[in-house]
Amino acid sequence: MFHKILIANRGEIACRVMKTAHRMGIATVAVHSDADRDALHVRMADEAVHIGPAPSAESYLVIDRIVDACKATGAQAVHPGYGFLSENAAFTEALDAAGITFIGPGVKAITSMGDKITSKKLAAEAGVSTVPGYTDIIDGPDHAVKIARDIGYPVMLKASAGGGGKGMRVVWNDDECRDGFERATNEAVSSFGDGRVFAEKFIEEPRHIEIQVLADTHGNVIYLGERECSIQRRHQKVIEEAPSPFLNKKTRKAMGEQAVALARAVDYRSAGTVEFIVDADRNFYFLEMNTRLQVEHPVTELITGQDLVELMIRVAAGEKLPLAQEDVTLKGWAVEARVYAEDPFRNFLPSIGRLSHYQPPAESDTVRIDTGIREGSEVSMYYDPMIAKVITYGDDREQAIDNMNDALDAYLIRGVSHNISFLNALLAHPRFREGRLSTNFIAEEYPEGFHAADVPHDEPGLPVAIAAMVHRTLMDRAAKLEGQLPSHEKTVSPEFAVIIARDAHAVNVVPVDGGFEVTDKDDVYRIITRWQPGQALIEAVVNGKPVCFQLDRVGLRYRLSHRGSQVEALVVSPKVAELAALMPEKEPPDLSRFLLSPMPGLLVRLAVAAGDEVKAGEELAVVEAMKMENSLRADEDVVVAKVLADQGQSLVVDQPILEFE
Amino acid sequence: MQDIIQRLADKRDAAQLGGGQRRIDAQHAKGKLTARERIDLLLDDGSFEEWDQFVEHRCTDFGMAEQKIPGDGVVTGYGTINGRLVFVFSQDFTVFGGSLSESHAEKICKIMDQAMKVGAPVIGLNDSGGARIQEGVASLGGYADVFQKNVLASGVVPQISVIMGPCAGGAVYSPAMTDFIFMVQDTSYMFVTGPDVVKTVTHEVVTAEELGGATTHTTKSGVADLALENDVEALLMTRRFFNFLPANNRQKAPVWPTEDPGSRLEPSLDTLVPDDPARPYDIREVILKVADEGDFFEIQPGYAQNIVVGFIRIEGHVVGVIANQPMVLAGCLDIDSAKKGGRFVRFCDAFNIPILTLVDVPGFMPGTSQEYGGIIKHGAKLLYAYAEATVPKVTLITRKAYGGAYDVMASKHLRGDVNLAWPSAEIAVMGPKGAVEIIFRKDLGDEDKIAARTEEYRQKFANPFIAGSRGYIDDVIMPRDTRVRVSRSFAMLRDKKLENPWRKHGNIPL
Repeated sequence: MFHKILIANRGEIACRVMKTAHRMGIATVAVHSDADRDALHVRMADEAVHIGPAPSAESYLVIDRIVDACKATGAQAVHPGYGFLSENAAFTEALDAAGITFIGPGVKAITSMGDKITSKKLAAEAGVSTVPGYTDIIDGPDHAVKIARDIGYPVMLKASAGGGGKGMRVVWNDDECRDGFERATNEAVSSFGDGRVFAEKFIEEPRHIEIQVLADTHGNVIYLGERECSIQRRHQKVIEEAPSPFLNKKTRKAMGEQAVALARAVDYRSAGTVEFIVDADRNFYFLEMNTRLQVEHPVTELITGQDLVELMIRVAAGEKLPLAQEDVTLKGWAVEARVYAEDPFRNFLPSIGRLSHYQPPAESDTVRIDTGIREGSEVSMYYDPMIAKVITYGDDREQAIDNMNDALDAYLIRGVSHNISFLNALLAHPRFREGRLSTNFIAEEYPEGFHAADVPHDEPGLPVAIAAMVHRTLMDRAAKLEGQLPSHEKTVSPEFAVIIARDAHAVNVVPVDGGFEVTDKDDVYRIITRWQPGQALIEAVVNGKPVCFQLDRVGLRYRLSHRGSQVEALVVSPKVAELAALMPEKEPPDLSRFLLSPMPGLLVRLAVAAGDEVKAGEELAVVEAMKMENSLRADEDVVVAKVLADQGQSLVVDQPILEFE
Repeated sequence: MQDIIQRLADKRDAAQLGGGQRRIDAQHAKGKLTARERIDLLLDDGSFEEWDQFVEHRCTDFGMAEQKIPGDGVVTGYGTINGRLVFVFSQDFTVFGGSLSESHAEKICKIMDQAMKVGAPVIGLNDSGGARIQEGVASLGGYADVFQKNVLASGVVPQISVIMGPCAGGAVYSPAMTDFIFMVQDTSYMFVTGPDVVKTVTHEVVTAEELGGATTHTTKSGVADLALENDVEALLMTRRFFNFLPANNRQKAPVWPTEDPGSRLEPSLDTLVPDDPARPYDIREVILKVADEGDFFEIQPGYAQNIVVGFIRIEGHVVGVIANQPMVLAGCLDIDSAKKGGRFVRFCDAFNIPILTLVDVPGFMPGTSQEYGGIIKHGAKLLYAYAEATVPKVTLITRKAYGGAYDVMASKHLRGDVNLAWPSAEIAVMGPKGAVEIIFRKDLGDEDKIAARTEEYRQKFANPFIAGSRGYIDDVIMPRDTRVRVSRSFAMLRDKKLENPWRKHGNIPL
């Protein structure tokens, strides 16, 4: 066994690998860029090596630096995590040349599975069912149309070197096919420097289900069941679970055996994942093979009881797999939710900045948090904006999801926008609960994006009661203020009105042992809590049921978040509520006359000047954020009245760039 | 006797109705509450004791003799907010447009006199069309009487003005004399001359809102301290604000119990200051993590944002915070921020509120607009205020403390009681780059030499140790310990006694 390994990655996956290594008694070496000097993975490691500036192309992706770091520290093996150099054949070759073990598959598997066209051919040869399509290179728009007709519309055009949804186009007719081919090719060139594009049948109502395989260097290959990752947004997985609520034993076995056949065909070793697309009739087709540890591997770990990283390390050290196929049992259910720094209401734009407050839920037998950050960490523009993965376990699917809802309720993140409410709402969605998943789930159910304030609470009286309890606690304390007129001290009346939007709920709040009892017409909420002013989490037992609300004070209001819904409540005396009803409802300011920056970023280009007439769809400005250029275009024909920001200026979110006439 | 009681009841009814139901409805239609509704909202339930309900004007010209409404357009008296005594006047727009008559002014002066005698704050709710023109010079005299009371009360009892309607012409100078001005969005405005006169004289076309609305005064002019959504929010916020204020200049601000321990550690503050000295960070995070319960009542949040001021509590005791904000203009001191900070420091000092100063200041803002605008004199206000202040002063340097701005920001030399620094503090005459370009001017052509010199300067001065070796810094603390150390410092200072030499008054550079 190795006594020292280097983890060529950052963030949560680096931390996760180190945890296992430490448990196995293996010393760890972290590598880090300038931006990660204080990162958690650096703190966790026994040694750390600085490998360059913040951009990953100058640090985490520089093969020589990693190899040098291994040599300098005497690391015998490298775990690549996922992303970065994890599927880079040149990297494994460089390690081989330096006599360092790569904790992962061999060059052959990486190379052949890394190319979409080659991998499909190999899969077909190994007897794996593949999507009908044309796996050779398409040499022009006319050729594309001919192929598409042969396959039958709808057809998906895909970049050969692609990934993450870039360079993909679904086309439904000849015209779209021609246009889509051009665009896919251009995107492929700009994103990957490789313009090759191929075509395949587009599956409607598809589900994404993948098989975890494990292979050693002694010819043993097994599969560890499946993961369903159908909940995706723009081809990025959001929620994963294992097992899949859709598969039966027969399909699972068929998929598993095909995955193993493919692994054997490429002399696979280590952990790998064979991704399938599954249609409504449980026909499954090979999508691709990922020759690395997947982000969502923990759900498999929780239901199989195996530590995949440990097995990868053991296999890399030449050990035999400690279990055979018949030893693999699936027990219970596991769900993973990816917590991202992004703004669900602004089309999921990444949000960068400092996590001024960060308090993950407590870990337990049923809750696992894989994260690489802590309070005060920075979500930087240089890397993936994932904050953490929350993985929960239950005896059955419902319990696992309930546990996830509870964990997300208690997940406190402030300083950057995040998708906690969105995840919570997704998991509470009836269609999700029923298991009717497809990769189009989010697009279909949230076509307008997501806004927590629009999500109705299952039990609308509950946030009302919590708000009343909070207010009463604060009023009771304020009544203890010094300097009151003797014998004329403030007394707190039990009657309050909780105003949400324009609705006033008359409630009565009286102290009881360990909390308060809130009466709202005929409903009584007995709230037992130790909540103190200043705490952002309100953990309480309401009528015997534990709940956890998040509280933010917004001016005079209490913003309460729970189960993906959000309310803002103003709590006042009944008399004040009557007067508040006289206050006019104010229209939000008319921002349609302005072009606002949709994200924090750099104004790299201003395409117009004051006085310009602009047609709908024409470019107005370009804002760069997270290394991506975002073109801002006119929604309608407009005349530019004023330019309010300068080219090269840093913009905050919602900062006006242009004013229209 | 029965007759008298009946007449009393009639008079009370008349006074309650003010200008009548039709005008009350009109007031409501404008989104405004009446004078009495406002008092009801501001004070504890049932605590209001009204005075001078039967006062009427004495004007007989222009048919005024026939138009008399008991109370004469202003409701006055006292009551409690959270059980603490406060005097209040509330102008009634439904009665002669809230216009100020001689007797209206007398009512205001009467409660102010009483407030001074018993040492209680005064809150004015302004909603007035201006002078009672029918009374002519008597009305003007009334204004001046109020101004005089405002000035005599200044620094004796806290005075708050809530502008809830028009406040124009000479009338603005009463609120201007008070300690804090809150304004209601869309329904209040303040200006010396209105849009019509402005148009005639300067040919500028401007709306009342643009000229003197809540947004204007809380972002552009700095005249007002807070802009609130509507009458209800303005008054509820005033109640909350009142909890931070002492009753008068002989008392301390009121304490309340808290479960938030002074020993709370904040490990995340260790990573707040970025490695790159040019990168900003939000100083509010320090304030929120030092404060009890993360509760910070910010004053003038939209004006001169390069300095942040407001009230927090530490271990239940009120503390005024002044902090440079690196997020805006790199935290530079300029004319507006010096005025904003200086005025806040003087309020705290006048009313025995200890001061916490958070320093990250690269210096004073350069430029002709600053110099022509008198940055020398305005910057001096902040310096003067700090130097004059005798309340407990705790200062924490988080990063840059350069040049004269270092001296100004509650330095040891200005009688800072406890001066702390984070390890990231750089206390120097200027930044390394600027310093090297002056000291080693002859090497300017040689980049390598300059880089070496800059590094040398950085090693020597870009740290808290030189200042520490001279005792200008009492200790260097880990950021995570900030609340612990600051809490203890203020506890130690609780009974601090310090007096300035007797004088009629100092001559602050106005």
